[in-house]
Amino acid sequence: MIELLRAVLVAPFADMAGNPTFLVEVLLGGIAAGLMYSLVALGFVLIFKASGVFNFAQGVMVLFAALTLVGLMDMGVPVPIALALTVVVMIALAFAIERAVLRPLVNQEPIILFMATIGLNFFLEGFGEMAWGANVKKLDIGIPDTSFIVRGVQMNRLELTAALTAAVMVAVLAVFFQRTRIGRALRAVADDHEAALSIGIPLKTIWIVVWSVAGLVAIVAGIMWGSKSGVQFSLSLLALKALPVLILGGFTSVPGAIVGGLIIGVGEKLGEVYWGPLVGGAIENWFAYVLALTFLLFRPQGLFGEKIIERV
Amino acid sequence: MNTKRFLIVLLAAAVVAGPMATVAPAQDKGLYVPLFVYRTGPFAPSGIPNANGFNDYFNLLNERDGGINGVRITIEECETQYDTKLGVECYERLKGKGTVLVNPYSTGITYQLIPKAPVDKVVMHSMGYGMTASADGRWFPWVFNFPMTYWSQASAFVKYVGAQEGGMDKLKGKKIAHVYHNSPYGREANPTLETLALQFGFELTLLAVDTPGQEQKATWLQVRRLNPDWIYLSGWGVMNQVAVKEAAAIGYKMDRMVGNWWSGSESDVVAAGDGGKGYKSMTFHAAGPGFKVHQDVFKLLYDKGKGSTKRELVGEVYYNRGMINAMLNIESVRTAMVKYGNKPLTSEQVRWGFENLNLTEQRLEQIGMKGMVRPLRVTCENHEGNGMAAVQQWDGKKWTMVSDWIEPMREVVRPKLEAAAVEEGKRLGYTIRDCSKEK
Amino acid sequence: MIYRETGQFKTTYAADQAIFPIVQDRFVVLLAAAAAFVVPPLVAGEYWLQAILIPFLVYALAALGLNILTGYAGQISLGTGGFMAVGAYSAFKLSTAFPWLNIVAVFLLSGVIAALVGIVFGIPSLRIKGFYLAVATLASQFFLIWLFNKVPWFVNYASSGTITAPGRRVLGVMVTGPNATAAARYVVALAFVAVFALVAKNLVRGRVGRAWMAIRDRDIAAEIIGVRPLRTKLLAFAISSFYCGIAGAELVFLFLGSAETQAFDINQSFLVLFMVIIGGLGSVLGSFLGAAFIIVVPIFLTNLPHMVGLDVSVALLKQIELMVFGGLILFFLVVEPHGLARLWQIGKEKLRLWPFPH
Repeated sequence: MIELLRAVLVAPFADMAGNPTFLVEVLLGGIAAGLMYSLVALGFVLIFKASGVFNFAQGVMVLFAALTLVGLMDMGVPVPIALALTVVVMIALAFAIERAVLRPLVNQEPIILFMATIGLNFFLEGFGEMAWGANVKKLDIGIPDTSFIVRGVQMNRLELTAALTAAVMVAVLAVFFQRTRIGRALRAVADDHEAALSIGIPLKTIWIVVWSVAGLVAIVAGIMWGSKSGVQFSLSLLALKALPVLILGGFTSVPGAIVGGLIIGVGEKLGEVYWGPLVGGAIENWFAYVLALTFLLFRPQGLFGEKIIERV
Repeated sequence: MNTKRFLIVLLAAAVVAGPMATVAPAQDKGLYVPLFVYRTGPFAPSGIPNANGFNDYFNLLNERDGGINGVRITIEECETQYDTKLGVECYERLKGKGTVLVNPYSTGITYQLIPKAPVDKVVMHSMGYGMTASADGRWFPWVFNFPMTYWSQASAFVKYVGAQEGGMDKLKGKKIAHVYHNSPYGREANPTLETLALQFGFELTLLAVDTPGQEQKATWLQVRRLNPDWIYLSGWGVMNQVAVKEAAAIGYKMDRMVGNWWSGSESDVVAAGDGGKGYKSMTFHAAGPGFKVHQDVFKLLYDKGKGSTKRELVGEVYYNRGMINAMLNIESVRTAMVKYGNKPLTSEQVRWGFENLNLTEQRLEQIGMKGMVRPLRVTCENHEGNGMAAVQQWDGKKWTMVSDWIEPMREVVRPKLEAAAVEEGKRLGYTIRDCSKEK
Repeated sequence: MIYRETGQFKTTYAADQAIFPIVQDRFVVLLAAAAAFVVPPLVAGEYWLQAILIPFLVYALAALGLNILTGYAGQISLGTGGFMAVGAYSAFKLSTAFPWLNIVAVFLLSGVIAALVGIVFGIPSLRIKGFYLAVATLASQFFLIWLFNKVPWFVNYASSGTITAPGRRVLGVMVTGPNATAAARYVVALAFVAVFALVAKNLVRGRVGRAWMAIRDRDIAAEIIGVRPLRTKLLAFAISSFYCGIAGAELVFLFLGSAETQAFDINQSFLVLFMVIIGGLGSVLGSFLGAAFIIVVPIFLTNLPHMVGLDVSVALLKQIELMVFGGLILFFLVVEPHGLARLWQIGKEKLRLWPFPH
């Protein structure tokens, strides 16, 4: 029993203290991973914040964006034009989603809209694969993927780029939501569709804007993750890794996505490296969720989520 | 709402009526072989070339030889997406069409079908995957996994490492890490590696990667800290691409990283780019389109526009593997035809053919696969055959063999295999059969 | 015309509270139930039984369980796969450790074990609500799957890491294992579903069900009028997990025959949730309709080209199938957001009045 306690409570910390450079590497790795998760989580947050819909299809949108970009690049289109075209495609997708999914289901319950995004998920999955093929494709838009060592700690250029991009995106989006007129309109729509309609906010335009922005975020996430593993079906499973970030930070908070990402990323890595070997490893998946769950028990709406005021 | 309502009723009726029309067995005169393929879904990058290789070889046989000794082969693909339930559905639907032989192509589906094989009397060929214990043919007469199993492969890997280090005695004190997919498939090599670690004195570290393996930072940080002399990778799907990339990113010497034969193909190294150069993997066949059989494929299929894939993709690792799988099936059937005659055979007869397959060097030369794969002999006790492994390496453009054929450590693996077969066989309620009575 | 209710009046409270008060309804349902037990084993081929009807029954039971939790009690749960796994693995351990135990008892016991696990993982629901709870239940899903992967005791130390259903008899007929006929397995599955659907229907019509629905609609108000949230929510988790556990045991013992943890992964949870939402939240019939939709439509779409004589490559077919499936979901949601059960209800209403418009 003492052995067990010692193994769980003492040994990992002793390990951390004994190898500080390695600990720094683990922390940096966690931060990088966490920021990459928040890139995906941002898409969820945007759509939930502005239309109250939990977009199950976000993961597939990341995949679809990456597939389109790589597909165009493979056809010989130069990178900047391919990027621009992908943006156009995602905006067109937003139009289509608004017309086919959101407009007929205006003011339905959240779970119905959730189910609609599930239908969308299947549709995009099949469509993306049909259009671009099921092979794994290399994504290289010129971000170097080499490592360098700083004071004994190894860092990776691709991850640094991803981390910076995530930070910049979050800053831009936070400003967008707080300071601009459209941002305010988006928040109004998330609060109450009908009330927003009644004061003259054009619901249709707002939804298209929001889904387009989420599409852009999906492109960025797709580029970062696709560069790491090649563009293939499993990119759509990233949504599952982003969900703990989402619930930790709160469904409706853009900075929450970053903070949640950092906590989950670091927590996950520390757990896997220092406590994982005790139980045979591969605990990352559920550890992230349990971590998020623990936070939820103290703040049921996530760290930065909106407190739901319930009236009887 | 009226037309909508009507349409819905129509749709519902069609949905109910649909599957009723599916049970229409099309009995062709000839050999009917269903192909379980996974051309879509998470493992499609591996499934597509495999399926193409299969298709091309069967078509080649029909084109060049008019079938097997004149008996035409009909193939039908069924998409399983590597999913067990879809595999079961494919099997049940295609069973009634006169299936004598099945390649399940998914460990999950294989485990599903193994208990059904003796009941439905269908031969199961799980080439280099599936249940390792089924190599003991005395317990599993209907299941074959030649030319090699995972446990033999792991022993061959250790032999290769020993050879590279200058002798098996030099293994003492060396560090070997096994990075594996956290599933029964990934864990297959562990018992063998642990036994060999005790026997040869090397330090084995087991590192599990959670499915699907899209994010492996924690694992590779541990690898970096451990700094093993060699890494063995048992991955599948995206785990392979990310593993190779992460290994390159931490600056590991790629020629000391060896993947198993499901972790070494073109799609696994494409994401890593230049960083993946030097990565090795185990294999039981050669890659590349340079063999005589490929000339026939080009001449008789691709030049006439009947190929399954693009010309430049012929010769990929999994493409060749699909061809070899098809070849082994066909040669087994041919072996049975020698005894039972040149006609569409029953599954019992095909099973006999599989169990008595004797693929010689001359035969390989005749079919144009000399050098691509080793001669093979299957017996009643040994459904794994006497196959050998080799190591291939990625040089940035293609996979080339960099070692001789390595004999696995049969004296270590066979006892474990037999013990596992007893266990699994008893679990399924089988009794051991006496091979000497069956000649 | 079809539903002429004139002349049907009730003289006792019991008769008034019957599940099917209209005589025609009762007659049709009883006839259908009897036919379901007798006709398919005699008429349907093995493919129909093995690939369509048995999975339909297994998933209908799971959907019923999830509907109780999500549709009636309002707790969105994505841990269904994990609870099914608990049921399956406990059934495996029980039947291998106690070979003399009747398989029906094994299933019921494994349901109880799953219920206990469900209570434990349902505790966060007292604090967390809505989609947050859904994501939190994913913790239970991933943890349970990891547990079954990691601890070899659950698979009886098999090197293959899979569990295989041993052959067991009921009333002398082999119902599990590779030698059981599809017809026998079908009858057992149908029996379980019939009994538990009846139980579920009565539960949700009674006090317990009303408490669940009160919690679902306005939990604070419910608490004020005396519905105890702790007991009600945990009871919902327990009963839902009981159903899902039995469904999981059936999945391995009656449908697949053997399984590894991949059979219970997150996709399962999503699949059952889709069945419940498409079929109709808060409806026993909806669970069945949803299960039928999700099981049958993909098979129909796969076989459609053969029926009309088109020769399409299997990959393209699968992709189109996905697109059509997604499209169908969207279509049904737009036409009737409350699910197929509501469509059925509207249809019945119209039938009662037909040919009169109102």
